[in-house]
Amino acid sequence: MTATLTEAPPTAPAAGEPPRRRGRLTPYWLLLPGILWLIVFFALPMIYQASTSVQTGSLEEGYKVTWHVATYWDALSAYWPQFLRSVAYAAAATVLCLLLGYPLAYLIAFRAGRWRNLIMILVIAPFFTSFLIRTLAWKTILADGGPVVGALNTLHVLDVTSWLGWTAGDRVLATPLAVVCGLTYNFLPFMILPLYTSLERIDGRLHEAAGDLYATPFTTFRKVTFPLSTPGVVSGTLLTFIPATGDYVNADLLGSTDTRMVGNVIQTQFLRVLDYPTAAALSFILMAAILVMVTLYIRKSGTEDLV
Amino acid sequence: MEQYEPDRLTPVQLAAVRRSARGGRAALTRRSLLRASAAGALTAGGAAALGACGIPAAGRTEGGTSATDHSAKEKRLAFSNWTEYMDVDDSGKTHPTLDAFTARTGIKVTYTEDINDNNEFFGKIKPQLAAGQDTGRDLIVLTDWLAARLIRLGWAQKLDPSNLPHAFANLSPQFRTPDWDPGRAYSYPWQGISTVIAYNRKALDGIEVTTLSDLLDHPKLKGRVGLLTEMRDTMGMALLDMGKDPGRFTDDDYDAAVARLQRAVDKGQIRRFTGNDYTSDLSKGDFAACLAWAGDVVQLKADNPDVDFLIPDSGYLTSSDNLLVPSKARHKTNAERLIDHYYEPKAAAELAAYINYVCPVDGVKDELAKIDPDAAANPLILPDQAMQAKSRSFRSLSAKEETDYEAKFAKLTGA
Repeated sequence: MTATLTEAPPTAPAAGEPPRRRGRLTPYWLLLPGILWLIVFFALPMIYQASTSVQTGSLEEGYKVTWHVATYWDALSAYWPQFLRSVAYAAAATVLCLLLGYPLAYLIAFRAGRWRNLIMILVIAPFFTSFLIRTLAWKTILADGGPVVGALNTLHVLDVTSWLGWTAGDRVLATPLAVVCGLTYNFLPFMILPLYTSLERIDGRLHEAAGDLYATPFTTFRKVTFPLSTPGVVSGTLLTFIPATGDYVNADLLGSTDTRMVGNVIQTQFLRVLDYPTAAALSFILMAAILVMVTLYIRKSGTEDLV
Repeated sequence: MEQYEPDRLTPVQLAAVRRSARGGRAALTRRSLLRASAAGALTAGGAAALGACGIPAAGRTEGGTSATDHSAKEKRLAFSNWTEYMDVDDSGKTHPTLDAFTARTGIKVTYTEDINDNNEFFGKIKPQLAAGQDTGRDLIVLTDWLAARLIRLGWAQKLDPSNLPHAFANLSPQFRTPDWDPGRAYSYPWQGISTVIAYNRKALDGIEVTTLSDLLDHPKLKGRVGLLTEMRDTMGMALLDMGKDPGRFTDDDYDAAVARLQRAVDKGQIRRFTGNDYTSDLSKGDFAACLAWAGDVVQLKADNPDVDFLIPDSGYLTSSDNLLVPSKARHKTNAERLIDHYYEPKAAAELAAYINYVCPVDGVKDELAKIDPDAAANPLILPDQAMQAKSRSFRSLSAKEETDYEAKFAKLTGA
C-alpha cells in the first residue's frame, strides 16, 4: 500500500506545468467512496451494536445505555460451549478445505493447460445457485436411507465416526460431521481462489532451477512451491475460517440441538428471545475472539503479503 | 438451474424452506441498523456515541394511531401476506379472489408476498411503527402471538364493525374470542393453523404412535423425531400431552414441560427443531414422525401417500394468522372492505380450496363442495364438531413471560 504512494516518479518541474494542488488531493477523493462505505456499513453499525451490548431494558420500556458490562460475562459463561464448538468446526472445515483445495489449485495453476479456465468456472459454478439450495442439497446427499450413508454403513465407517462422536448411530445428518461437511463444501472456493492466485504467480523456471540443482519433486514443493504460496494459504484460511466461525445456516439445516454454533445463538437471541444486548455482546465477543486468533495466526505464518 | 435442485421440492416445500431458512438472515436488515445508527453518528466520541443510541420505548397509543383515511379518494390498498398464502389461477399470475374484489369495489390491490417469518417481519416493520410512521402497508397478516404483541404495543388500528358485516356474521365460533383480542376489535383471522402430529408410514415401519409421548420415548424413534422452532406450537403440544391446558397453564407447568422435552433432547431422541422445512425431512423419511402444521400435511399427503397425520386424544393446538391494519396505514376502510370480502362464503371457499388451511369462515361447506368435495369433507380444512372439541389455543403471554419462555425454549433447542 505505502509503496504505491511513494512511487510517484519525480517529474522534472517544468515551467508552465499545471499547479500541483489539485493533484495532491486526488488520492483523498479516490478514497472517499471507500471511506464512506466503511463509515456507513461498518463503523456506524459497530457503534450501534457496541451501544446495544451495554444497554438494558425491554421492548415495552425501551432500551437505555446503563453500561451493564456484565452482559458480556453472562453471555460468555452461558454460551462458551457454542463458542468452542464454532471454533472447532470452523478449524476442521478450514483444514479440510486446505487439504482438498491445495491439490486442486496446484493442478489448475501448473497442469491444467487449456482446461484452466473451464476448471476455474467449475470451481465457481456452485455460486450460481443460492447458498441455501447448496446446503439443502447436502440433506439429500446424506439422507438416512441414501447411498452415501448406506455405503459408509457397509464399510463400517460410521461405527468409527460414531465412536469418535462425529456421528450418531447409523446416520450422518443432524450430526457434527454433517455440519463440518456443509461448512467445508460451502467455503471451499474461498480457499481455492487465493491459493490459485498465489500458485499461478510462481515462475515455472524456479521449478526448472530446482530440478537442475537435483531437488526431488517433493523437495521442490517443500522448499520452493509451498513457501512461495504461503500468502495464498494465509488468505485462504482467513477467508474460510472467519465466515465459517460465524456461520449458522449449516448448523441450522444439517445439525441438531448439540451442534448449535454461536451464530445460531446470536440469531435466536436477536430474533426470538428479543434479548438484543446479549446478542450484541455475543457478536462482539465473537469478533474479538476471531481478531485475536487471526492476529496470532498471521504473526506465526511469517508472511506479510496476503495475496 | 434444474440440476442444482437438491430434490423435487413441491411448491409448498419450497415456500416452506424459503420461509424458515430466510428467517433471521434477512432479519438483520441493514435498514434497521442504519436507522438507529444515524442517531449515534451525530454525537461525537466513542462513549458519547454509545450513550446516545438507546432504543426508544415502544410508543403506547391505545387503539393504534390512525392516519387520515384516504380510502374514499384513493381506491387502492397495499396488502402484505405470506408466500403461497393466496389462490393463484392456472397461469400462476393472477389471484382470482383478489381480482373479484377489485372488480366489485374498484379498489386496486397491491399484493406483496413479503412476509416469510414472524420474527423477521417484526424486525422489518418495528422501526417505522416505533417511530410512529406509516409502514406503507394497509393490511398485514401475522400469527396470533405477534398480532397480540402489535395490539399490546398499540401498533394496530381498531377496526370499524360497520364495514365488516359478513366478517362479523360468518366468523367461526372457535376464533371469536381469543384472549388477546376479545370480540375481534383489531384483527380477523386469515386462516387457522392446526398443529398436529405427522408421520411417514414407511419410515415408522410398523411402530405404533398415538401421542407425543410415543415420539419422545419410543427407543426405535431415536434421532428420527422433529419438533417445531415455534415455541408455542411445540410447548403447547407438550403441555397438552402432559394433561395441561395451553390456554391456562402456570410457570411450573411450563417448566415441567420444558424438562420433559429436555430429557428427550438429552437422549438424542429429537433429530432437529425445524421451521417449515420439516416437510422435506418428513417426506424423505428422515423424520419418522414430527410436529407439523396440518395445512402442509394436506398437501404433502397429496404428493406422498406415506405421509399422514394423527390427532392425539389429548387434543391439538389451533392458532391463526390474522389480518391487521397497522398504525398510520392510509387506507383503513379499503382494508376493512377486503377483510369483509374474504368472509363471504364464495371467496372463502375458493381460497380454502386452494390453500388447504383451516377456514375461519362459517357456512362455506356448500360452496367448497362445489369446487372440491374432498376438501369440504376434510376436517383439517373445515373442522367438524369432534375436531373443534379437541382444539386448544395457547394463552397470550405478558411481555415478561414471553421473553422468559422464549429464553427457556431457546436453551432447549441448543442455543
